[in-house]
Order: sequence, then C-alpha cells, then structure tokens
Amino acid sequence: MTIIKVADLDFCYGKFQALIRVNLEVEANKITALIGPSGCGKSTFLRCLNRMNDLIEGTKAKGRIEIEGKNILSSKVDLVDLRKKVGMVFQRPNPFPLSIFENIAFGLRIHRLAKGVELEQIVRQSLEAVLLWDELKDKLKRSALSLTLEQQQRLCLSRLIAVKPEILLMDEPCSALDPVATLKIEELMQILKKDYTILIVTHNMQQAARVSDATGFFLLGEMVEFDRTGKIFTAPQDKRTEDYITGRYG
Amino acid sequence: MGDPKKIQKLMFFLLLLATIIIIVPVVAIFAIILFHGLPALNWGFIFGMPREGMRAGGIFPTIIGTLYLTLGTMAFSLPLGVLAAIYLTEYAAENWLTRLIEISIINLAGIPSIVYGLFGLGLFVMFLNFGASILAGSLTLAIMTLPVIVTASREALITVPKSFREVSYSLGASRWQTVWGVVLPNAIPGILTGTILGLSRAAGETAPILFTVAAFYLPALPRSIFDQAMVLPYHIYVLSTQVPNVPAKIQYGTILVLVLFVFIMNISAAFLRAHFRKRKLW
Repeated sequence: MTIIKVADLDFCYGKFQALIRVNLEVEANKITALIGPSGCGKSTFLRCLNRMNDLIEGTKAKGRIEIEGKNILSSKVDLVDLRKKVGMVFQRPNPFPLSIFENIAFGLRIHRLAKGVELEQIVRQSLEAVLLWDELKDKLKRSALSLTLEQQQRLCLSRLIAVKPEILLMDEPCSALDPVATLKIEELMQILKKDYTILIVTHNMQQAARVSDATGFFLLGEMVEFDRTGKIFTAPQDKRTEDYITGRYG
Repeated sequence: MGDPKKIQKLMFFLLLLATIIIIVPVVAIFAIILFHGLPALNWGFIFGMPREGMRAGGIFPTIIGTLYLTLGTMAFSLPLGVLAAIYLTEYAAENWLTRLIEISIINLAGIPSIVYGLFGLGLFVMFLNFGASILAGSLTLAIMTLPVIVTASREALITVPKSFREVSYSLGASRWQTVWGVVLPNAIPGILTGTILGLSRAAGETAPILFTVAAFYLPALPRSIFDQAMVLPYHIYVLSTQVPNVPAKIQYGTILVLVLFVFIMNISAAFLRAHFRKRKLW
C-alpha cells in the first residue's frame, strides 16, 4: 500500500533550487533509504515530508506530497497534526536536558494525550518499543544526557513513538554512533517497521543495502533512480547510480 | 630593532603596570570606605531610624526604600524585558524593522541617567499623576534597566541550542509551547544573571530617583507604593552636601551599606551563574 506519494516536487532555498522534479512512492511498513553525496538534497527532501523546512525563511516547495491521500503542501494543512503523524529522528541524538521520563512525556504533555497512570503506561510502552525498558526502568528520573549516545538515540525514537506517529523520518540516525551501536539501531528498525513506515537518509551505502526495502538515489537535487534495494545495488539502471554505488564518487 | 628578550621584558612590565594601575583605584575606594565605614556598622545603625537631623541614629528607612525600589524595578522590568526578548528572538522576522528595534534598545542603554530621571518626572510623576512615589521611581528605574535585561535575555535565548527547538517542533509543538516548555527553562540562568546585574546598577543610581521618589527625610517608613521613600544613593548625597556637620562615620557607614548592597547582588549573580554552569549539560 502506498502511504506517501510525491509528484513533481521542486524545492528552493531562496534562489537555490535544492530539489528538482522529484517523484516517488513510498510503501507503508517498509524501510525506504535515501542515498547520495552530501548536498544532493536527500535531507532537504526528508524535511519536506514533515514541513520542517518551513522553519527556514525564504524556502518554497512546489508540486504535491500526498500522505494518505492528503496534499501536505497545502496551506490548509495543520502542521501539528502533520508532525504528530510524521515524526523525525535527527543526526545527533538530541534529548532535552530533562529526565528520561520527562523526555518521553514531553510530546504527550504538549498534545494533552495522557496524564497520570496512563502517561506512565505510555512511557513504559514507548521505552519497551525501543528495547530500553529493561535497562532503564529503575533510572527514569535520571538525566537523559547521562545515557550513552546509542541509548540517547533510542530514547529520541521512543519520545517520538509516544505520540503515535505513522511515519518515522530518520536523518542519518547513526552518523554519531559507533559500528556496534549502529547495528543495534538497525535491528531496532527492522522491529519497528512492523508498525511504522520508515524513511532513512544515510551516507552509508552498506547501511542502505542492509536495512532498506527500497532505495532512492539523489544527485544534485534530482532523484536519479528509485527501486527495490536489491535491484539498485546489483543492477542499477542509471550510469550515475552505478558510479556512486561502486564508489567512483561521493 | 632591539633585543627581543629586552623588549619582551619591557612589554611584560608595561602590561603588568597597566593592570596594577587599574586595580589600585578600586582597592583604594574599597579600603577607604571599609576603614572609615566599618566602625559605624552595627545593628542600631542598620535597623535604627535617623535621629538629630540625620546626624545620629540609623539608616533603616533608606535600606528599606532601596529594597522596595529594587523589587519594584524588578517587578516591572523583568517580565516586560523577558517578553520583549522572546518576541525579538523567537517571533520577529529578520528585517530592517527588527534590526532598528534592536539598535534602539542597545542605544537606550547609553542614555544618561538624568534624562531617564526627567522623563520619569514628566511621565509618571506629573502626567500620570503618581506623584513622587515608589511606583514612579520603580517605573523610571525599570525603563532604565530594560535594555540590560532585554539584551541579556536575548543572549540567553539565542544560546539555547537550535536542536532543542527543532525537536520540539518536529514533535508537533507550537511555537509558544516550544518557547515556554523548551527554550525558556534553558535560558533562565542567563536571564536571571543579567537581571540581577541590571538591578544592581539601578540600585546605586541617583539621578533617576532624584525627582521621582527620593525624599530628603521621612519620619516613618513608606506604607504603600504611592509613598515617597528615603533611598541610599540620594541619602549619601544629602549627608555629604545638604546637611552640615554629619559625622564622617555616618557618611562612610551609609556609603559602605550601599556598596555592600550592590556587591551582594553582583556576588549572587556570579554564584548563580557558576551554579547553573555546573549543571549545564549540553
């Protein structure tokens, strides 16, 4: 089932066009990887999907991005609803300087989704979903910044899961982590894809090959090729894709 | 050119000399005030009422007056300054109007304090008819303190990492929820430190309170914000120029109390900053 449908998406930072006529369809409950060299527009694309680029002045998006059939580029879209549905994990783990509990409760509190016992339950479920509960159940009052980077990144995921999103956007979620921690996050992604649709931007081609079901290759703002991951990495159709995945540039 | 080693020695000496020359007046002022003022300091002086035309007794009313005035100044300038800083930092678009406002606020800090005093006299005392009162004095000092608080608060807000804001927005928080729940709590240490420093400057000012609140002599403590008050800086001026034959001990004692008042505020700002810096985690 298609959950995200992008049609002829152009995106500009002022006069600089960062995305050129991007077309893409993302399947629900799959992991879709976006690869490409630095500055190719893959992060920009990801940030179009939850309209985080709106925070930057002078940006403009044209075209259509349909999520569950609704064009989210429309000015009538409620950004609060959109961002609840489409959550984001960032490059560097960025927990708030609050306790572990309060970090996860943050989203629930701002959306007034739960309080009291119910809140505690959702915090527990969210930590269980990212396999942190057993490690941290006795330390919920500790500062989130006392955790390791991998735990912090898991916590950020769990903070996101608490508000019950449908789509998880991950912007190089492992770039600050060591290889072992990276593998653990990747295992977690495989578990999470049962319940969520995941889009991951990564610099790391092996990671894309390991975790994703579909892969899109971006170059200079264009989506050069988009296909099943197996196909992209074994039989790319475009010469530029082949050059990139064989390491001729990037 | 001469021998580099000799020049090195000469420059070291010059730099050290400059530093010493800067320290000497500060130390001298402090030493003289302590030497002459300390003998006057006792409970009777601090908690007593002035007697014999202010030539004897205590200076309690002036301490209370300064305290009221400082608190009154804070009550107006802290919320107003922080709200304005939030608007300028988090809401206002980056354009020429915003920049003009920023420049104006910075320039407000450079206006001579007597101008604030006369402005307060015109607006609060006369036009709004508050009369010379703690209310008028607090408002005048608040206007004078605002640029300091706005600037310090902006600084504190800007240093809150951008990533905190991003996460908050990405979780669907509104701008206000982000400001109130994420940015402000992390900016409070900086805001408080800046505020205390601004207030400590206000506490020692004479010109702005001259026409707006300060009383030459009052037999009783102020009972409402519409009362005049005796205030430390103005009292020092009175004792040293307006009343003949005030014992030096009392003059110096009063000065020492004012210096301590300001000093305690500055020290507490420094402690607060050190305390929060230790706890600061990002």
